[in-house]
Amino acid sequence: MRRHLLTVDDLSREDIERILGRAESFAEVSGREIKKVPTLRGRTVINLFYEASTRTQSSFELAAKRLSADLVTVKASGSAVEKGESLKDTVQTLSAYDPAVIVIRTPDAGAAGLVARWTRASVINAGDGKHEHPTQALLDLYTLRRRVGSLEGLGVWIVGDVLHSRVARSNVLAFTRMGCQVTVCGPPTLIPRGIESLGCEVRYTLDELPGADVVYALRMQRERMQGSFVPSLREYAARYQIDGRRLGPNQLLMHPGPVNRGVELSAEVIDSPQALITEQVESGVVVRMAVLYELLAGRGAPSGARSSLESEPQPA
Amino acid sequence: MNPAPAPSGGRPAVELDRAGSPPATVLLRRARLLDPRAGLDGAADMLIRDGRVAELGEDLAAPEGAEVVDAEGLHALPAFVDPHVHLRTPGREDEEDIDSGTRAAAAGGFCAILAQPNTLPVVDSAPVLRSLRERARVEARIPTGFLAAITVGQRGEELTEMAELAEAGAVAFTDDGMPVRSAGVMRQALQYQRLAGRLLALHEEDPALSGNGVMHEGDVSALLGVAGIPSVSESTMVARDCALAGYEEGRIHIQHVSARETVEAIAGAKAAGIQVTCEATPHHLLLTDEDVRELDTNMKMNPPLRAPVDREALIEALRSGLIDFIATDHAPHAREEKEQPFEHAPLGVTGLETAFAALHTGLVLPGLIDLGLLVERMTAGGEPFGLLTPSLAPGSAANVSLVDLDAEWEVGEAGYESRSENCAFAGRRLTGRVRMTIADGAVAYRERSFALGAVV
Repeated sequence: MRRHLLTVDDLSREDIERILGRAESFAEVSGREIKKVPTLRGRTVINLFYEASTRTQSSFELAAKRLSADLVTVKASGSAVEKGESLKDTVQTLSAYDPAVIVIRTPDAGAAGLVARWTRASVINAGDGKHEHPTQALLDLYTLRRRVGSLEGLGVWIVGDVLHSRVARSNVLAFTRMGCQVTVCGPPTLIPRGIESLGCEVRYTLDELPGADVVYALRMQRERMQGSFVPSLREYAARYQIDGRRLGPNQLLMHPGPVNRGVELSAEVIDSPQALITEQVESGVVVRMAVLYELLAGRGAPSGARSSLESEPQPA
Repeated sequence: MNPAPAPSGGRPAVELDRAGSPPATVLLRRARLLDPRAGLDGAADMLIRDGRVAELGEDLAAPEGAEVVDAEGLHALPAFVDPHVHLRTPGREDEEDIDSGTRAAAAGGFCAILAQPNTLPVVDSAPVLRSLRERARVEARIPTGFLAAITVGQRGEELTEMAELAEAGAVAFTDDGMPVRSAGVMRQALQYQRLAGRLLALHEEDPALSGNGVMHEGDVSALLGVAGIPSVSESTMVARDCALAGYEEGRIHIQHVSARETVEAIAGAKAAGIQVTCEATPHHLLLTDEDVRELDTNMKMNPPLRAPVDREALIEALRSGLIDFIATDHAPHAREEKEQPFEHAPLGVTGLETAFAALHTGLVLPGLIDLGLLVERMTAGGEPFGLLTPSLAPGSAANVSLVDLDAEWEVGEAGYESRSENCAFAGRRLTGRVRMTIADGAVAYRERSFALGAVV
């Protein structure tokens, strides 16, 4: 694995297996009363968030704290960014504190890659525009694997606004890499031209949905309605909403959150036992612990860093 | 540069401006002369006396005061003409000015350039144009012409005072950077061309199809999750404007053709007898959307780098002559503006200093086109604008690019003559280096490492 986690493309299947295995061991720690391990004591993690986020930001914070790292979270609002500081200057300023990791969430594709060029820290892409969100894909794999065991050969349907979804892009790559058969489905206006080149099938109706093992619904953003990508939310829901009629009893349901109840998902399926949505949130912390560990103390870390940690108690 | 004889009667002659420079007397010893139009291809001495090609032959005597250049192993080519350059003046002299832009052009082997009017303010009135021409007469290292806008402020609404602008020296008209969105306004511009008499050079794109796109729409944009600009955004506008030009019997020039569909639309229009010419840039001829994978902002321009199949269509059209000539669309941008996430970075790349070397390396050396064809396509850019095409034939004004076809260099290793460094070929190793440029009879550029010949 490389020094940074910028896209799922950076990860081999072996890398993914190792991270998921590491997350399993951290799950044990999370079950304890004292949820902390000293693995990253004395090291600094900076969360740099240019976009509002609940799940990703809080789970990266908890992950860093449970690994005993020093943590600073910088948000665009209330920082020098509001005064017009460029991304480069912000990153160079924060890098002066010698962080081990910068976790970045931005509305701009490729921004995490730029940050990686401007800092000595390891960079984790926590969502860059409509490009990728690799830790989301990892936590989805982790969640699904816990439920079903092996991912090999599973049929996964990703349904909804694929065009504007970084989660869709990372998950097509991640599920495919783990041996799943991925189909993306949504209104033709919300399926990007050329998406098949990522290795997935494309469907515009849910007719073949019963063949899926896993239904992964995407958030339908209300602001997308303005570009007349779909004529109305009503028509969208009628064609693409996952509800009790469409979700078979043996199918699992996933969603990256936050959910628009009554749009992409009906209330009944959200609360059904097939839904993994809450488990996905839970997985966020341990998977992000595993990613931090992997970059700082695992195989991706510089050798000096690893050896200094070997004597410390590990959860595995 | 001298005006060409007007192709149709009554059109005022086109004039370019440059700073005064003494006419050169230079003897190029044993250069390999290559000028397909003049039927020249072979080693000879070339004597340039008082700024004109005086004589070609063996063992020519150097006149008193002549600079003698040992050109053994070098090629003497007619110097290049680029009708699509952004000099960023007035308004963004931090990115380029007339001095630096024409220095970059001379370093790339060009002897004449035409500057686009999308400046701050826009060149849409005779006073702005006149002041620019005045500056060019002080600063320009090589003959430089200026295009004026088709519409006021390039807003696509009302025509500029095109007749007065033409009289004040506008070489042609363009809203480059923006399409003329309204078919009605485009039609009026074509009608008014009968009075103003200058070529309309068109940036073709339908804003409704381009949307907020920042790269070619295709497999790579799908992977990167950035909004795409579909090929049909360009080709549908080209089809529209060719139809309008045919109907109004006007003359149009299509700038920076990027897509296979556009090539097909122009082929159809040319076959139908419509007066249309077109250009392609070195970056569209050499790079594709595959080069955008890393979201390097030096790969961001408009029109965008398209798919490999588009690039192949452009090369074929360059070979067949459907693409009339090569133009760089040299578009300097400040470093702090390019050092941003891809979607925010401005559109455009520099290209004057690398055009010949990049095309020589990417098209000639692999055998896709031959050197003579490249020379023809790099020198023909002034023709539709009414400029003379540079020639090595005796009697011509001396416009010569002396190049070393074997020299290898890394783009940017020694900096740039341009004030900006947003070159699409930055960091690449190229083969072929301009050693000296003579423009309109005067030495305009001499590479630093190129030893001065003895003055007799």
